[in-house]
Amino acid sequence: MSLHTRSLAELAAGLRAKEFSAVELTRHFLARIEQANAGLNAFVTVTAERALADAARADAARAAGRAGPLSGVPLAHKDIFCTDGIKTSCGSRMLDNFVAPYDATVVERLAAAGTVLLGKTNMDEFAMGSSNETSYYGPVRNPWDPATVPGGSSGGSAAAVAARLVPVATGTDTGGSIRQPAALVGISGIKPTYGRVSRYGMIAFASSLDQGGVLAPSAEDCALLLGAMAGFDPRDSTSVDVPVPDYAAGLATSLKGVKLGVLKEFFSAGLDAATGARVEAAIAQLRALGADVVEVSCPNLPLSVPTYYVVAPAECSSNLSRFDGVRFGHRCQGPKDLLDLYKRSRGEGFGAEVKRRIMTGTYVLSAGYYDAYYLKAQKVRSLINADFRRAFAEVDLLVGPTSPTPAFAIGAKVDDPITMYLNDIYTIGANLAGLPAMSVPCGFVGNLPVGLQLIGPHFGEARVLAAAHAYQCETDFHRRLPAGFA
Amino acid sequence: MSQAVREGWEVVIGLEIHAQLATTSKIFSGSATAYGAAPNSQANLVDLGYPGTLPVLNREAVRMAVKFGLATGATIAPRSIFARKNYFYPDLPKGYQISQYERPVVEDGSLEILLEDGTKKTIGITRAHLEEDAGKSLHEGLANASGIDLNRAGTPLLEIVSEPDLRSAKEAIAYLKKVHTLVRYLEICDGNMQEGSFRCDANVSVRRIGRTEFGTRCEIKNVNSFRFVEKAINFEVERQIDVLEGGGSIVQETRLYDSAKDETRSMRSKEQANDYRYFPDPDLLPVTITPAFVDEVRATLPELPDEKAGRFALHYGLSAYDAGVLTASRELADYYEAVVRALGGGGAAAKLAANWVMGDFSAFLNRDGLEIATARVPAAGLAGLLRRIQDETISGKIAKEVFERMWAEACEADAVIEARGLKQITDSGAIEAAIAAVMAANPKQLAEYRAGKDKLFGFFVGQTMKATEGKANPAQLNELLKKLLGGP
Repeated sequence: MSLHTRSLAELAAGLRAKEFSAVELTRHFLARIEQANAGLNAFVTVTAERALADAARADAARAAGRAGPLSGVPLAHKDIFCTDGIKTSCGSRMLDNFVAPYDATVVERLAAAGTVLLGKTNMDEFAMGSSNETSYYGPVRNPWDPATVPGGSSGGSAAAVAARLVPVATGTDTGGSIRQPAALVGISGIKPTYGRVSRYGMIAFASSLDQGGVLAPSAEDCALLLGAMAGFDPRDSTSVDVPVPDYAAGLATSLKGVKLGVLKEFFSAGLDAATGARVEAAIAQLRALGADVVEVSCPNLPLSVPTYYVVAPAECSSNLSRFDGVRFGHRCQGPKDLLDLYKRSRGEGFGAEVKRRIMTGTYVLSAGYYDAYYLKAQKVRSLINADFRRAFAEVDLLVGPTSPTPAFAIGAKVDDPITMYLNDIYTIGANLAGLPAMSVPCGFVGNLPVGLQLIGPHFGEARVLAAAHAYQCETDFHRRLPAGFA
Repeated sequence: MSQAVREGWEVVIGLEIHAQLATTSKIFSGSATAYGAAPNSQANLVDLGYPGTLPVLNREAVRMAVKFGLATGATIAPRSIFARKNYFYPDLPKGYQISQYERPVVEDGSLEILLEDGTKKTIGITRAHLEEDAGKSLHEGLANASGIDLNRAGTPLLEIVSEPDLRSAKEAIAYLKKVHTLVRYLEICDGNMQEGSFRCDANVSVRRIGRTEFGTRCEIKNVNSFRFVEKAINFEVERQIDVLEGGGSIVQETRLYDSAKDETRSMRSKEQANDYRYFPDPDLLPVTITPAFVDEVRATLPELPDEKAGRFALHYGLSAYDAGVLTASRELADYYEAVVRALGGGGAAAKLAANWVMGDFSAFLNRDGLEIATARVPAAGLAGLLRRIQDETISGKIAKEVFERMWAEACEADAVIEARGLKQITDSGAIEAAIAAVMAANPKQLAEYRAGKDKLFGFFVGQTMKATEGKANPAQLNELLKKLLGGP
């Protein structure tokens, strides 16, 4: 079995058994990146030299008997996580020249676990997008069909994992940015509970919604990596001091008697029929595995898209104010005065979608509009929260589609932001309520993958992962590789 | 310079005081807050607003704010919220300031001030909220450029907002001094106005006497001494009355005080003002303050200035004014009490000590720009001097001379008295001999005195004092002179 078709657990076991070294493993994936990245555009930066040095260190640690469970495992970070001494672009011209002077907590923890960083992945600019077309570094291509998008904003991580250029990658999810691309490229992706993974060093888009997570072929792989990156961080006031369970150990939990709620609002008119059929088949299979399936309703959920598109831009308009050309990032040539410095540095540094959201956010926070937009959105957000709370009083997990359609053609929606925003209609709710949610591959429409979404109650990651794992024990969608990447 | 307000007008003033809290690290980062370090040497990635960095609240700043709230009888919010105040400026690294907007930590407090006529007036404190300071823009020595020093960025501030209860510059200063005294008593701010750790903005308006609605106000920004605050307010009041009497109207605006020209100048009008787009900071959780925490802080409150002044007046028999002066700082009050204690207490000792502490001691401190802690004459030293007045070893007049030497040489009173032979002459024989010599040397004056020109008594006192180099016991001298001169 070739190295790139093995799961994370299998790779870790192989390293442990000294079947191959971390350096060999790293070389294998670097060669795949070298070969395929030009076509996919999944990586912004490849850190080959450093990766080989880290891999050698991991091998030395193993030889000395100091290796941890993930020592020598290669991975990639979404280019939103600050990496000390490595360019951290956030997919923006604004940060094209930015070399972070420190490691994000996630980066630090995974490095301490002995993982080997292969590079930084492409993404929608400042994580604002659902197709990876807003990146300053150009669109990422979906390995299943290079004419289509991989989803976004963690599109680079998703495409890289789907094409097995890397066994696993980190991502961030503000409105679906892990789950939607995972669905569109046929891999697994988990966004944990808000506060589960530290946001320190993760460049902020919308602080109350952003959450780091994992993109990997399987739920088991997600569990392994998430366990190593989750946990309280005193540097992030919104991180929560709740013990992290052993996710991998909890995977064996059976689906028998687990109460699954099918979200009525997720099967509305906007759902592509073929996609819906695949998701329903997956739910039938979960029932066959012993789950107790009932229909539930979250009546305010259809308001999640407009709510999100007030809250997220409001926070982003403020979060992105620090990019002013003064201390770091892009600075315009020869500013004639302070105002000119601000206007041109920001005007040149930010792309169209980022500007659109900064303007929207500035508007909804402005005197005279705050109550009508921002405050009202916060009220709706608490209604959506309450809907989920009620639902979780009745069921253990919620299920539905991840995305209304399979991957669409590059360029198809770029001129129509509203249609683009509706891509996240099923994923945004979990962000607004801070719930853990996951997408797992559940079939294909034509050649394109479809994702099944599982949403859990707060800190219910283990339950979500176990259900996904049970499903993956009976299916092989997550093992299938796109043609040309086998 | 006291300036009476023009006939028919009433002044309305509210103050916004920024007190830099005396925490050792910043409000949202671990950087040090010490003043005067090399530019940007006390700014870490959080202070610089680096991408991905996050604020973490320094609980010590909250404790200090609660202390202030308790000392002003305010309500401590069980749950308060940090908000972002958004605006662009080079010394504001994140493009927003973390402050408190809708739910400040302290609300509805008050302080009493003493007016010139001796009556007391209560000044309402609308709110006091926590926020971070900005950095500084530097322009000196940089050609065609501005420098940014972010050492101050993130220093904790308590913004104390008064009700518009102040009716004159004098009242404003009395209130400002009261807050200044209080924050130093509480040890939450060093009160240093030069270094900007205690600053003040004044909202000033005027209205015709009898009107109930407020006039349009102007805000005077960042005035850095008590004297300048008073001058700035007085200038602004005159300016506004001039405008209104001239048929004009006041434009709501922010004005800067120029101390060199003693005038305020327009900085920006309401139309040019920023829309700060306040909203709750999603990076910070609401601050919860439990009753147990409040009790814990309450237990650390020192005796407050008003309590102390009341006790001084009652216990030491001091006037309200003297008690106020002696309790203006905790250090001065402690010094005073140490002197009284060393003298063994008692009303006479308390009064004597009060006169000396408020008089020569304070004057020398001010002259040399010293703090109590570094005073050249410690409390025990001053008590040693006053003891020699009490036991009539020296007169009050000689004591001033001794004190000056003590201050200059940092030595004991007895050493100075001994070394310079200043011991008072209480031997009546010696004084009588000196009087006799003076009488013999001034027969003409003696004759005139005896003929009824009693004003000359003072002449004989002076001459005899001169002859004894000021050392004759004054009471004894008077008595003996009367006896020996005879008449008039």
